[in-house]
Amino acid sequence: MADLTSTFVGIKSPNPFWLASAPPTDKEYNVRRAYEAGWGGVVWKTLGEAGPPIVNVNGPRYGAIHGADRRLLGLNNIELITDRPLDVNLREIKSVKRDYPDRALVVSLMVPCEEEPWKAILPLVEETGADGVELNFGCPHGMAERGMGSAVGQVPEYIEMVTRWVKQYTRMPVIVKLTPNITDIRQPAAAAMRGGADAVSLINTINSITSVNLDLFAPEPTIDGAGAHGGYCGPAVKPIALNMVAEIKRNAETADLPVSGIGGVTTWRDAAEFIALGAGNVQVCTAAMTYGFDVVKEMISGLSQWMDEGGHESVASVVGRAVPNCKDWQDLNLNYVTKAVIDQEACIKCGRCYAACEDTSHQAIFNEIDGVRGFKVNEAECVACNLCVDICPVEGCITMRELALGEVDERTGKKVEPYANWQTHPNNPAARAAE
Amino acid sequence: MPSDPFTPGVVAGRLSADEIAENFQDLHPPLNDHEAHVAADRCYFCFDAPCATACPTTIDIPLFIRQIATGTPEAAARTIFSQNILGGMCARVCPTETLCEEVCVREVAEGKPVIIGQLQRYATDRLMAAGTHPFSRASDTGKTVAVVGAGPAGLAAAHRLAMLGHAVTIFDARPKGGGLNEYGIAAYKATGGFAGAELDWLLGIGGITVEYGKKLGAELALSDLEDRFDAVFLGIGLAGVNALALEGSGPEVVNAVDWIAEMRQSKDKTDIAVGRDVVVIGGGMTAVDAAIQSRLLGAGNVTMAYRRDRAAMAASVMEQNLAASKGVRIVCNAAPKALVASGVLFARTETRDGQLVDTGETFEIAADQVMLAIGQSLAGQPDLALKGRKIAVDEHGRTSRPGVWAGGDCASGGDDLTVTAVAEGRDAAMDIDAALSA
Repeated sequence: MADLTSTFVGIKSPNPFWLASAPPTDKEYNVRRAYEAGWGGVVWKTLGEAGPPIVNVNGPRYGAIHGADRRLLGLNNIELITDRPLDVNLREIKSVKRDYPDRALVVSLMVPCEEEPWKAILPLVEETGADGVELNFGCPHGMAERGMGSAVGQVPEYIEMVTRWVKQYTRMPVIVKLTPNITDIRQPAAAAMRGGADAVSLINTINSITSVNLDLFAPEPTIDGAGAHGGYCGPAVKPIALNMVAEIKRNAETADLPVSGIGGVTTWRDAAEFIALGAGNVQVCTAAMTYGFDVVKEMISGLSQWMDEGGHESVASVVGRAVPNCKDWQDLNLNYVTKAVIDQEACIKCGRCYAACEDTSHQAIFNEIDGVRGFKVNEAECVACNLCVDICPVEGCITMRELALGEVDERTGKKVEPYANWQTHPNNPAARAAE
Repeated sequence: MPSDPFTPGVVAGRLSADEIAENFQDLHPPLNDHEAHVAADRCYFCFDAPCATACPTTIDIPLFIRQIATGTPEAAARTIFSQNILGGMCARVCPTETLCEEVCVREVAEGKPVIIGQLQRYATDRLMAAGTHPFSRASDTGKTVAVVGAGPAGLAAAHRLAMLGHAVTIFDARPKGGGLNEYGIAAYKATGGFAGAELDWLLGIGGITVEYGKKLGAELALSDLEDRFDAVFLGIGLAGVNALALEGSGPEVVNAVDWIAEMRQSKDKTDIAVGRDVVVIGGGMTAVDAAIQSRLLGAGNVTMAYRRDRAAMAASVMEQNLAASKGVRIVCNAAPKALVASGVLFARTETRDGQLVDTGETFEIAADQVMLAIGQSLAGQPDLALKGRKIAVDEHGRTSRPGVWAGGDCASGGDDLTVTAVAEGRDAAMDIDAALSA
């Protein structure tokens, strides 16, 4: 049985599945039930400074993108940080942590971008016995308009400055949560590191309008005839999050900075992918909001089975295993040649591959075999783009065959040669210049 | 001259071995990976899911379906087996249309439930095909338990007890284990010798020895078992067949359970004699199984005759429809009165003020073979208090004798279903464990 225990910036948890700072972690009642369901840790929904509580809209806070059969693919929200009094949250955090000492409990924080408020709130959190803090430099709506959240996360200098204050005023591990609403994720990650952050967590939500109400001509969710952009999350954002995690782990400066992976984790496989790209653990929100806390049971059993089958003894042993294989385009092997193959037994003759290839790609599929309807690859035209594989409704029907070294590529008439990339390619002016 | 469906009388070999094999194929062929994923995708992962509540063994159905959806059918199987070690057989024989699938929110909303039974089979088949046993035994407790009856209740009890570290000896009267799984279930629901394979796989937990040909009241005495073992579990089923005395003579009369048991043990079923005109008397699952399998063996005309109205039939609507699809005619409000030369004489009945009464009309149905499927009863019961016609047990499966538990069809409480027997065997095992650990 694989060891799922996780130690992230010194914080231990029985598994690497934490609930992200969000509505599911807003109060003691939820967090206790989450722990009972099996979650390894939680990041308590973001606390603000003491004073009059935060106010939320009283109309809809969420908008969604659905697949067929109402599968929730993407979720957008305009909710702000906790709207419960600071002292109530702190009291509850202390109570929960006391009863669940083996679970991770990290507190998310967002106070004005000034030294005093940070200095003031940190001892209060420390007193609860919480395991660490996460600095919310990510929320893209509402609080950003007040100079907090992503407004800080979009300015590396601010990230560094605030992180430094926080490290100065607390002994707790500090995780900096990053916004994806930037051009180069490596910059804010490096800034957090310079400020002394123990880790970064990403991604927070992406600026989005999920849909437009065409009767009201207003964005959804619509509040009294108008809407504001929200933060997008859920399965749809996973590819964006995976790339950002990989960017940080590939970057020499930030490669050793621990990452907590967030963004659309819905199944064990999603989690394993984040971990393979260097995340030390994962945080989950939308899956819990869609299916309830019990969804973690599948994540635990699935990750455990995958680790057992692969002979991976611990989570730590797989962290970052895919990072060395994340390359720049210019490093890819241009002499790696594949051709699409359509399994005639599996083919149901829908012709989607033909339409895609004929209309939008390389005219590399025949639509007749011996005079009757049937679909077959023309290797003399196939560039191996993979579009037919991706749009084929029958899993495994179209596959890619790798040409062996020395085999002739019918399209080019050339034999397959050993590895060579763009950097040495004769068509590359830079390659020539280097000679 | 070989016989065919038109040959009069009760004869074997109405169809060729190939035709019979074709007829007895899997009722629901196994799902392939793609079908399973599409089916699993329909599950909503309901909160406090009605399907799990409706399952007598309380399998966490939403979780196992999600585990299928995420590509880990082995984990799904573990979720199933942790509650129901005979989850493979139950996936095949459970009347899901009256249990989990009946209350699936998509059945209620759309009339199309998630196909839970077939998904359960997909998962359990996958794990069992790997040939490994998903559980391991706790360290030896030094306690011994006798389990009488190797049917679903006995096997579930034995497995759980062995898993908890007790040494278990199963005794069964027949030459093979499995009980009704081996001798009673319709052949097209458990093809390929599944019952035997499942038994072997289940015994893979270790710590269980089986002694065949040992019948309670004959080779075994309860008092002897009480002396030799720390606890006794009885899962002896209903070995007696309810009798129906019909005057007159004409068609051959057989007990449906005996006929089915013989057929289940036949290699290719070409040696099983069946009438040209078969009348099955009864309205339950056994009657349906006998009627359908008569047709599958080549009987020309098969009639199921039930004395009450259709709504009172114990066989589910799905089973009734299956029978109809195989060409079985269902006649209700027909009470058998006598055998006559050409078949069976029935009285027409109706229900008046809740009482079933004869209307005075009679009619005949042609038959050269009559199968009686009017229920089974407890046989050779030891000296135990009864409740109704079954062994009285409390909610833990305890009988009137300290140290003796019972479950499954022989015990009071619960429906006579495989899955109920499994639940009762498992729960009695937990209580036995608690008693032995005290």
